[in-house]
Amino acid sequence: MVTTEVMHEPIEVPPATISLSPERMAYLEGLIAQARSAAAVFTQFTQEDVDRIVKPMVLAGLQQAQYLARLAIEETRLGVLEDKALKNMVATEFVYNYVKDKRTVGAIREFPERGLVEVAEPIGVIFSLTPITNPTATVLFKCIMAIKTRNAVIFSPHPSAWHCCHEAVRIMYETAVKHGAPEGVFTCLESHNLQDNAYLMGHKDVGLIDATGGPGVVKAAYSSGKPALGVGAGNTPVYLEKTADLNMAVVDIITSKTFDNGTICASEQTVVIDDEIYDLVLKKFADLGAHVCNDKETELLGRTMIDSETGFLQPIAVGQKATDIARLVGLSVKPDTKLLIAPIRGVGREHPLSAEKLCPVLSVYRAKSVDEALKACIDVNHAGGLGHTAVVFSRNDDVIRQFSEVMNAGRIIVNSPGSIGAFGGVYNDMVPTFSFGCGTGGGNSTMDNVNVYHYLNIKRVARRTQAHMWFRVPNQIYFNLNAVENLRDLESRSTIIITNPALEQFGHVDIVRRHLPPQTLVHVSVIPDAEPEVKVVMQGVEALNLYKVDQIIALGGGSVIDAAKIMKLKYESPEADLEELAAPFMDLRKRVVKYPTAKINRARLVAISTTSGTGSEVTPFAVLTDKERGRKVTLVDYSLSPDVAIVDPQFVMSMPRGLTADTGIDCLTHALEAAVSIYASPYTDSNAMQAIRLVFRYLPVAFEHPGDEEARSMMHNAACIAAIAFSNAAVGVNHALAHAFGARFGVSHGRANALMLPHVIAFNASVPTKFMPSPNQRGYIAHKKYATIADLLGLGGATVEEKVKRLVVATEQLLDQLKIPRSIAELGISKEEFERAMPDLARIAFDDPSWRSNPRMPLVSELVELFWSAYRGRGPAQTTGASQQRTA
Amino acid sequence: MRDGVRMTTIPEWFKVDGERIVQSLHEADEKFARAPGEMVLDFSSVCRVDPGALRALEEFASKADASAIKIGLRGVNIRVYKVLKLARLASRFSFTNCDAESAAVIEGSSHAEPSTR
Repeated sequence: MVTTEVMHEPIEVPPATISLSPERMAYLEGLIAQARSAAAVFTQFTQEDVDRIVKPMVLAGLQQAQYLARLAIEETRLGVLEDKALKNMVATEFVYNYVKDKRTVGAIREFPERGLVEVAEPIGVIFSLTPITNPTATVLFKCIMAIKTRNAVIFSPHPSAWHCCHEAVRIMYETAVKHGAPEGVFTCLESHNLQDNAYLMGHKDVGLIDATGGPGVVKAAYSSGKPALGVGAGNTPVYLEKTADLNMAVVDIITSKTFDNGTICASEQTVVIDDEIYDLVLKKFADLGAHVCNDKETELLGRTMIDSETGFLQPIAVGQKATDIARLVGLSVKPDTKLLIAPIRGVGREHPLSAEKLCPVLSVYRAKSVDEALKACIDVNHAGGLGHTAVVFSRNDDVIRQFSEVMNAGRIIVNSPGSIGAFGGVYNDMVPTFSFGCGTGGGNSTMDNVNVYHYLNIKRVARRTQAHMWFRVPNQIYFNLNAVENLRDLESRSTIIITNPALEQFGHVDIVRRHLPPQTLVHVSVIPDAEPEVKVVMQGVEALNLYKVDQIIALGGGSVIDAAKIMKLKYESPEADLEELAAPFMDLRKRVVKYPTAKINRARLVAISTTSGTGSEVTPFAVLTDKERGRKVTLVDYSLSPDVAIVDPQFVMSMPRGLTADTGIDCLTHALEAAVSIYASPYTDSNAMQAIRLVFRYLPVAFEHPGDEEARSMMHNAACIAAIAFSNAAVGVNHALAHAFGARFGVSHGRANALMLPHVIAFNASVPTKFMPSPNQRGYIAHKKYATIADLLGLGGATVEEKVKRLVVATEQLLDQLKIPRSIAELGISKEEFERAMPDLARIAFDDPSWRSNPRMPLVSELVELFWSAYRGRGPAQTTGASQQRTA
Repeated sequence: MRDGVRMTTIPEWFKVDGERIVQSLHEADEKFARAPGEMVLDFSSVCRVDPGALRALEEFASKADASAIKIGLRGVNIRVYKVLKLARLASRFSFTNCDAESAAVIEGSSHAEPSTR
């Protein structure tokens, strides 16, 4: 038995106070200054520069692999020469194979379609602690990573592996500098003490601590307060399931567990074996050179090898041969014994051999079922192995899946050896490494196989992207007088007309009925002339089901059409949860709730509007009143849009003047808000501008001369066109204010909009207190949009400011012409009452989603001010020639 | 100086050879005696610095400090400037005009300053 003075990782805890001699401090500062200078110079290197250095380093490491292995064995007295040489080769050749084509300088990855570029920034100075178990391989690995990423490293090797590590650093350094690396890029502490480590770990010029070793080293690194990669101990469970290829499994486990005498922390520690194959597996182990211990031998082994106080393996056993360990504890084994196998009956401190054993001693556990096996594996995993490595041998994918779900391990190795498998690149396609991240379970910052990307600060250069916009309109829009005749071309077996009592009395239903194909079975459902209630909608759905309709004709204003939209939704998709579908959202494309696509019925929705304002015949919105809960539910989805819109002015000829005014201003508000919305686009602008032009020209005429067919027709078109604009660009703060005010004081939606409109134009045209995030717009443009509208209306004005003022005045004049009250006060609402309502008004307006597309983000205080402006009202009546001319 | 009026001084100029930075700085040392309290090192032909150059610059800065001479670096390219910043040397110098002019000098489209004047 060969012994060493210090074989296990010392528990390194930073001293409470650092006490270094001035000379020692100067020495350490010198190391830091040298590394800092090298790292600074390194930033000038290109990818080609570093790649030119890395390759000869790798070749040097390969050439010196055996030499360094021999040095490591001589110094540490741990492990196996051949295996250490192999590890040195993996650390160079395999790592090189992984990194050689990787970009680690400048732009390392580009995502042009997302406008993203990742740019590498070196860390600078890395303080690296290396272990006794894989001393030279770890140094080779870290040197290659550091050069590839343009970092300087100060190494602090384990004291019992200092000479071999120092030699590995020397070989790497000389090769690197010979090929152009900056002087001082690698240094190695002359001797090791905890004070030096603590000083360097806390040094301001050290960018990262990379600690590979035992729990003490890792804890010290993380305790330093510096960014750290601390990766350490494990306790690898293995599940050998009955469907596995047993011959392969047994050879793999022996290969892995005896590799470098079990010093790799990913090596197998406890094999949990299904009852059915347990005896056979043990026989196979024995046939291939393992000694299976009896109970007495197992007890002896556990008692001798494991420190009863700490529960850790005695340092004397780390990395020793199986025969040497047997001799140490007094077991009689064959001279060619490779592995000692100790059956255990449980996991935990009372079963000492269930702990990590970095030597060729393997515990085995007999499990009566898959459940028991998985539980035992979980127990081993939680007994010091969290986040590290777990192994499963099975041909059953379900077992492999279950195992991977319950194990907390960064590396779950399937049907291959744990230690060599965990390195990556040999038995699988994982990233080659000599540092296994154990995630939070192991107290580590990463669960990855540590690689070059952990040695980089990766900067994301994010270019401004433009959100994809859309422009959606109903499939068919029929307009102009007698457009209703187009119903004849819409085949239907069973049609229901949803309408309200007044329209039925006016004879509108008969007109519609007359234009339906003769073979169509027609039903009529009359609903109250008010915002639809849940109860009304559900009664309507019953009727749709009763008549098995394939066409729904909504004949009415916004309320009727909204009701029909929701009836159609519930008829086609009865499982649709209206409450859930009404959930708030910011971006239609990113909303959490999706509208149902599965449909058990299908019906065409034809909307015939009988007012010229809401434009509900083309919008994707529907408002529902839930009286039981005392709230409104707003549904928004393009699937709600009617399939066919009929914009026939014959249905609006009899609209009273007040309704003409209110709905007309509603239409104007839609168009003005869509024009300045943050979602406005050239597509919506064309509609919004045209609607505004039509309203200013024809609304006063329709108001003054209700029988004017052209004016009625144009206003009906304007309402539909404005609705197309706001269906795609949304509305703004005017609607948020009007919703709150209208609901509180029972004022119609159009009139409430009208009272706010001039104030909102002035508000949006001024410099915002808070800008609304709007990636699709370049700068604040609302005032310019208003100026463009003023130009379109021929209002004159030399500057943007002047044009905006003229638009406000023209809007006020239009409201005056329509006899719309000049202020909220004029409605008979007292100042005290309004003041009392203000907290609620402000809260409700702020909760309203409408303003989220407004160009200017309103503060609550600004909403309050807008309400008060509307209360005080617009200025004295004015007239301008331009306005008079237009309305003449 | 006369009654609080400072006399205008012309700083000593020295062009640093980008291929021989360390030697150039040693040569610049010799100009200290003539320097009127300020010295400008023209870095416009320096594309890259190595650790030796950084050491020489640090020594140069220390000597300048000891002689109460302010050192300005002219035409330092942005990569070299970052190196000086990372090596904690930038604060020991003042910097004048950088990239545009230095790039022009490097490309030969403009005459370099004479090494001394």
